[in-house]
Amino acid sequence: MAMTRTETKARAGLDAETLRLMYRHMLRSRLLDERLWVLNRQGRAPFWISAEGHEAVQVAFGMNLRPQYDWVAPYYRDLALTLVLGMTPKDHILSVLQRADDPNSGGRQMPAHYGCRRLNIISTGSSVGTQLIHACGIALASRMRGEDAVTFTSIGEGGTSEGDFHEALNFAATHKLAVIFLVENNGFAISVPWQKQMPTQDVADRAKGYGIPGVIVDGCDAIACYRVAREAVKRARRGDGPTLIEAKVLRLTSHSSDDDQRRYRTSEELESDKERDSLLRFKATLEELGVLTAADADEMRAELVIELNEATEEAEAAPLPAADTAMLHVYAEPGDWRG
Amino acid sequence: MRNRVTGVAEKTYIEAIRDGIREEMQRDDRVMILGEDVGAKGGVFGVTEGLQKEFGEARVLDSPLAESLIVGVAIGAAMNGLRPIAEIQFQDFIMPAVDQIISEAAKMRYRSNGDWGVPMVLRSPFGGGVHGALYHSQSIEAIFAHIPGLRVVVPSTPYDAKGMIISALRDPDPVMYFEHKRCYRAIKGEVPDGEYTVPLDRARVVREGTDIAVFSYGMMVHSSLEAVDRLAADGFSCEVVDLRSLRPIDREAIVASASKCGKVLIVQEANLAVSVASEVAAIISEECFDSLDAPVMRLGGPEIPAMPFSPPLEQFYLVTPNKVEAKLRELAAY
Repeated sequence: MAMTRTETKARAGLDAETLRLMYRHMLRSRLLDERLWVLNRQGRAPFWISAEGHEAVQVAFGMNLRPQYDWVAPYYRDLALTLVLGMTPKDHILSVLQRADDPNSGGRQMPAHYGCRRLNIISTGSSVGTQLIHACGIALASRMRGEDAVTFTSIGEGGTSEGDFHEALNFAATHKLAVIFLVENNGFAISVPWQKQMPTQDVADRAKGYGIPGVIVDGCDAIACYRVAREAVKRARRGDGPTLIEAKVLRLTSHSSDDDQRRYRTSEELESDKERDSLLRFKATLEELGVLTAADADEMRAELVIELNEATEEAEAAPLPAADTAMLHVYAEPGDWRG
Repeated sequence: MRNRVTGVAEKTYIEAIRDGIREEMQRDDRVMILGEDVGAKGGVFGVTEGLQKEFGEARVLDSPLAESLIVGVAIGAAMNGLRPIAEIQFQDFIMPAVDQIISEAAKMRYRSNGDWGVPMVLRSPFGGGVHGALYHSQSIEAIFAHIPGLRVVVPSTPYDAKGMIISALRDPDPVMYFEHKRCYRAIKGEVPDGEYTVPLDRARVVREGTDIAVFSYGMMVHSSLEAVDRLAADGFSCEVVDLRSLRPIDREAIVASASKCGKVLIVQEANLAVSVASEVAAIISEECFDSLDAPVMRLGGPEIPAMPFSPPLEQFYLVTPNKVEAKLRELAAY
């Protein structure tokens, strides 16, 4: 039985519109992700690296940041985040198919190396951890101009072993920068489990050493993620400094299309993860709260599949880059961004 | 090129760098400096002396002792509209920042298909002869000269030091600006007051000559000039070319002087294997084969890991005017 608006808000802390939108964003990312796996398995895309299982916390942050004003230094699992901020399924299919019009890199980088000038999503490479420091520099520049822009940056728990993780947190905390550090902890760095990565289970504990808040959130609980994201963004925006957030997420797929996690994880574990999937859980919660019926969900999915089919078709029809363009943009070309 | 010069004064190399930075900071509030000890102390060599007092702690920022951080913050700040100067205290300590330099700064524009760039300057002193031993004497510019996407410059005179730091701060791409630490106080020269720029991709003929072309950069330009003067007394005319920019390297200038003289000596302080001298020699062998009257010769540091501390060992490493002179005489006699 459907609850009243007040009841829903009292229970979830969020209104029905926000909850439905959040679910739609999560589903949109998942459907795109599944499509990209299909393109890979069909031999039409050489590589994919997935966000499946990470969507809830990414959507939560995406919905609380101000696109085009706030800054984002993402890592390779942030598909859902980029979509909430304004990138499109077509953008990412163009990238997976290495097309010239891929806005991330014009087909120069592997997929999931996100970047979009228009949305203040900085270009990311494959070195793990460097982006955390870029986020500090970005926040420093915003502050020098007197802006209250927030800089969001993210990494997996494996990346927290890199020296750049420490250097970035130390600097952001020392200078009280408006940076949000999100660790998307799925328990595995390719095949290496967290127990071989770090001596303690919670990355968030390390915040104490920098004198900043460290928050753990269940990355399968979309509503909890939303609340944590909202608070961290507010805190950064009002000038109270950085927050380290650790979302305990699931890696529902292998590390990448070149990996097979059945070689190092048990089938029991993989099955149990599927049952904990944030999408299933969130859908059940929304049905229970009366903000989404099964029919609503089906309709939403049908709309998103249409968008996805069109995007796939258009991306496949788009041209590959001409070989001689490989020589461009080593240094600034006329028309390039020049700072 | 804009030239708003009001007067000329004799200055040291270090004063010229500082003047260039200070004037550009006065003109452009996007310019800021970060590095170890750059604030109250003014850097371990004094390049940034007085700048924190003039521009405040936000624009002259004492960083933590973390080189990857210094460069990474400069990259982020550059992408968000600033024009940062990252100072690395000694070139020897760039190593922890190499990922940020080569994987990030150098590739940002290329990997984003022109959407992003890193208008940043990385300043760092290099070179030996100051009792700096293994980790305060190295010349590792060739590592960066190998990398497309970076600019690598080494001014040798106060005039160029000022003009090139201004150009570097106005360039849209990452510039590695290396300063030979023996130039800091030993090299003086005329420096115009006010605004002028020196291009980041042009070599300069320092001394015209016809018998031997000597290519060099940084402090070695001065060692070469001293040796060339001694040969001049015996009637040999040498052309001395200051490369100034190691990437991009001025092929045209190299070919012109090598073809004109027919004999070539390349002088650098770094060891020779896979170095700037290797590249210059390769360009000459590709482009000037028919004009050569002798094998291209190179003079540089020995193939040992770095410069040792004890004076006889340090002297053994150094490329001195005497060593340049000996090599020139060998070439003259060929």
